[in-house]
Amino acid sequence: MRYLPQTPDDRAAMLSAIGVGSIDELFRDVPAAVLNAPIDSLPDHQGEMAVERHFQGFARENLSPASAPCFIGAGAYHHHVPATVDHLIQRSEFLTSYTPYQPEISQGTLQYLFEFQTQVALLTGMDVANASMYDGATATSEAVLMAHRITKRKKSIISGRLHPHYRETTETLLRFTPYDLEVRDPVIGGQGGLADAIDKDTACVVVQNPDVFGEFKDLTDLAEACHAQGALLVVAVTEVVSLGLVTPPGAMGADIVTAEGQSLGVPLSFGGPHVGLFACRQKYVRQMPGRLAGETLDADGKRGYVLTLNAREQHIRREKATSNICTNAGLCALAFCIHVTLLGEAGMTGLAEVNHRTASLLAERLTALPDVKLLTEHFFNEFALDIGRPAAPVVEALAALGILGGVPASRLFPGEPSLENVLILAATETVSEADIDRLVGALQEISA
Amino acid sequence: MNIERTTISGARGLDRDEPLSFEQDAPGRTGVDLPAAPDAPDRLGSLRRQGGIGLPGLAEPQVVRHFVRLSRMNYAIDYGLYPLGSCTMKHNPRLNERLARLPGIGDVHPMQPTSTTQGVLRLMSELAHWLTELTGMATVAMTPGAGAQGEMCGMMAIRAAHEARGEPRKRVLVPESAHGTNPATAAICGYEVDSIPATADGRVDMAAFEAKLGPDVAGLMLTNPNTCGLFERDIIRIAELIHGVGGYFYCDGANFNAIVGKVRPGDLGIDAMHINLHKTFSTPHGGGGPGSGPVVFSEALAPYAPLPKVVQRDGRYELVEQEDGPRVGRMKGFHGQFGMFVRALAYMQSHGRDGLKQVAEDAVLNANYVMEKLKDLLPPAYPGPCMHEVLVSDRGLDGTGVETMDLAKALIDEGYHPMTVYFPLIVHGAMLIEPTETETRETLDSFIGVMRGLVEQARAGEETAYFKAAPVMTPRRRLDETLAARKPVLRWVPEAPVAEAAE
Amino acid sequence: MSDRKYTKDHEWIEVSGGEATIGISDYAQDQLGDVVYVDLPDVGQQVEKGAEAAVIESVKAASEVYAPASGEVTARNDALDDNPALVNESAESDGWFYRMKLSNMSDLDGLMDAEAYAAFVEALD
Repeated sequence: MRYLPQTPDDRAAMLSAIGVGSIDELFRDVPAAVLNAPIDSLPDHQGEMAVERHFQGFARENLSPASAPCFIGAGAYHHHVPATVDHLIQRSEFLTSYTPYQPEISQGTLQYLFEFQTQVALLTGMDVANASMYDGATATSEAVLMAHRITKRKKSIISGRLHPHYRETTETLLRFTPYDLEVRDPVIGGQGGLADAIDKDTACVVVQNPDVFGEFKDLTDLAEACHAQGALLVVAVTEVVSLGLVTPPGAMGADIVTAEGQSLGVPLSFGGPHVGLFACRQKYVRQMPGRLAGETLDADGKRGYVLTLNAREQHIRREKATSNICTNAGLCALAFCIHVTLLGEAGMTGLAEVNHRTASLLAERLTALPDVKLLTEHFFNEFALDIGRPAAPVVEALAALGILGGVPASRLFPGEPSLENVLILAATETVSEADIDRLVGALQEISA
Repeated sequence: MNIERTTISGARGLDRDEPLSFEQDAPGRTGVDLPAAPDAPDRLGSLRRQGGIGLPGLAEPQVVRHFVRLSRMNYAIDYGLYPLGSCTMKHNPRLNERLARLPGIGDVHPMQPTSTTQGVLRLMSELAHWLTELTGMATVAMTPGAGAQGEMCGMMAIRAAHEARGEPRKRVLVPESAHGTNPATAAICGYEVDSIPATADGRVDMAAFEAKLGPDVAGLMLTNPNTCGLFERDIIRIAELIHGVGGYFYCDGANFNAIVGKVRPGDLGIDAMHINLHKTFSTPHGGGGPGSGPVVFSEALAPYAPLPKVVQRDGRYELVEQEDGPRVGRMKGFHGQFGMFVRALAYMQSHGRDGLKQVAEDAVLNANYVMEKLKDLLPPAYPGPCMHEVLVSDRGLDGTGVETMDLAKALIDEGYHPMTVYFPLIVHGAMLIEPTETETRETLDSFIGVMRGLVEQARAGEETAYFKAAPVMTPRRRLDETLAARKPVLRWVPEAPVAEAAE
Repeated sequence: MSDRKYTKDHEWIEVSGGEATIGISDYAQDQLGDVVYVDLPDVGQQVEKGAEAAVIESVKAASEVYAPASGEVTARNDALDDNPALVNESAESDGWFYRMKLSNMSDLDGLMDAEAYAAFVEALD
């Protein structure tokens, strides 16, 4: 077997060196009745070609966004990943190393995490960022928990226009804590009375910007309303490319910013692994969950990096840790870091501009169709339409025509009849004018 | 001839420092060429970013060199033995990487209509089949993002099950040798942690365990094989006892690699167990993630497994994202760490059931071989046989002035990544050595030779100053962790503040 | 120093003019190693005898510091925020943690004086 180097002779010699007659003597602590139970339903080993053929079978049964116009967003975005990113993250020294617990032989990982933290802090407009979380949804749930730790208050308010996966993940994490969540209704447009709901029991308010319908808002007033009551403002960003163009949450007064970093360097991969970003104000850093790389000096006085503020973490605090999380999204954070480094200042703003104008063009073309109304006034690369008929069957019909034509709001908010006709569409730099022509043509065909 | 040379550049041949990307900024440089933005109106209103972001400009060749140079400061499993106990650093097959990147697999959007994702759903379903068959369990929740989240998922299912019966319980029993995530997880699930001591042979103290049982015990969190690298001999009795008081048995499956294909956890009476795909099934560790931690459940807990899940109806695969019932809620965005599912399934199919059994046997064989060859100098903390890893204390270094950490750092100079040190906490100066099944006998012999040599040098007492200073041949010497924690510098800041447009 | 008392958890408490000052003993700082951060209670906070009042972090450990008596916090040692090394350098003077108004002087009954504490520490080693 290609991955197992020991030969029968090796095994015999090693067993004899150990002083046992058979391998099962080494398993003698296992109750005999349960050792070597046959597993009949599974096949035996296979060569590389056979396995590859099997997986090509899986691949053929999917419609790939590489071969179909893709207008799907809703928390994950189809962006171009530069060849350099995927090549570099497959360097053995990055791909096959562990958490940098031995800093002398992990400076590569530690330095890119330090650069990553800096990039995230700059993009979000915050003071500090951690070395990443599982994804945007879990980062947001950890932010709510952190807000409760900081304020020692009981209740958090969740905007109804927060991505339902983020809301549900937060509900799960808080389910068995003493904290309560007040979840608002998903109403497209207005603030929905969020500011009025804040009181002295409020630990934080969680909003997404742009929200799940794509609407981008100035949050300055909401931040002030939070701070007036001693509550924190948590802002979640699902499309991190937007931060190249828009006023970042930090400049609007956010206290904690979470984001999904998938859009920069990380493939869609059917929803994971992605990379959660987590940034906050300097004064809250010791309450922050997750790993942190920090600068220091070595015994020769040279600059180097280590994992730091470890006393927050589970391997030291155990049941009193800030979070039970042990890993970060290391390799995805690296992909993000490399992509952002390639983009640089000019590329980051340029990429965001292309996304924005492409989505704007898409909105212009689609709203020219009869019965289609734009529900989102200010947006980045994603918006909601009322298409005058149930959206889910339209998306299915588009798929049959080889077009990935957005996400029906009913998939995100089942049981919300008011959203049945709402279609959420995104356009990234990968969408061409020809793709838009195809979508417009297909929608006309479906309506005809 | 012994010539010392201080170079003009500061480099030492292939070994060189690399400044931060932020220190290589040349405004106007970029590493991408973008399409032109279409001519369409601005829809941002007054909400455009004021002033710059502060990112540096580098061209593509610079970016490539930057990250290649950083990579060369890392140790890796592709480079050499990485015997980090409890972490399972085994060979990562590149076939798995290729398959995860196939068009139609790596680029499928999670919110595509399921009519366009039948292949990826079938893949998830097939992986679920392997996981339930290998573990002998009723069902599997695929979504947890890593082992710690898998633990949380399992413990939440336990709590949900008790609450559904109208009897929330308070206490969870956790052996004192447990990984730190166990008590942290129990706490987030609202449980009090009650520690169970270990016996002199490194296993659950049955008398103490029985004494702690009672109607307020929600369950037990036990790693098996345990964190000392030992199989819990009394595990079936343990399961019976915890079930006897109406509690559930959570097994931390971090060490499943020692028994995969040999023992099905379902046969041991376990109710829930997470599986670290990045350990047992060799998805790459990637410098600390991403992980993936599916959780298998017994019939008793299956109704509480979280969504989403893949089901088959009339020959079509469907994704159930919403359902009324007592389930644990959503664990993360979308449908789990799908890219890791691809790699794990490729690993399983490459090995097959016969190869996976061989994986466990060779992992255990290699660990016992290392134990045998070191035991006169570094006696095992507990009598063997061990499973996939061997735990030794620092008794072999008594009186030398050289500590576990110093030995680990000297190993770095010898070209090896050190074993896990100071874990589990219950063994003084613990060294936990996990060679894994993908090492040759020759590699093990070389490592054993180096370990023996270092212990002998420590005992001879002539190299103590070196041990205290080691490593001395690495890109950086020992780093000042106190300085890092007292005055945290967690990001780069420009030396002089750059002028920014007023907001 | 004569009315300074010590707990078995290695905190010291000294009452002067109706106010008590609390810190950790020199022995405790030595056991902890390099202190990197101290999480102190806020002024105005009520602390309860035996409950967690502060957390002290070294690189590899975090330890709870329990209140030796009940009362209301009247001052915290802000100097520790910027310079946690003070705990190592001067645990029993400049490295004090917080001051409080005692609810009940009898909370101090049963604590050790310096001599008894020295004997207690001696027995630990």
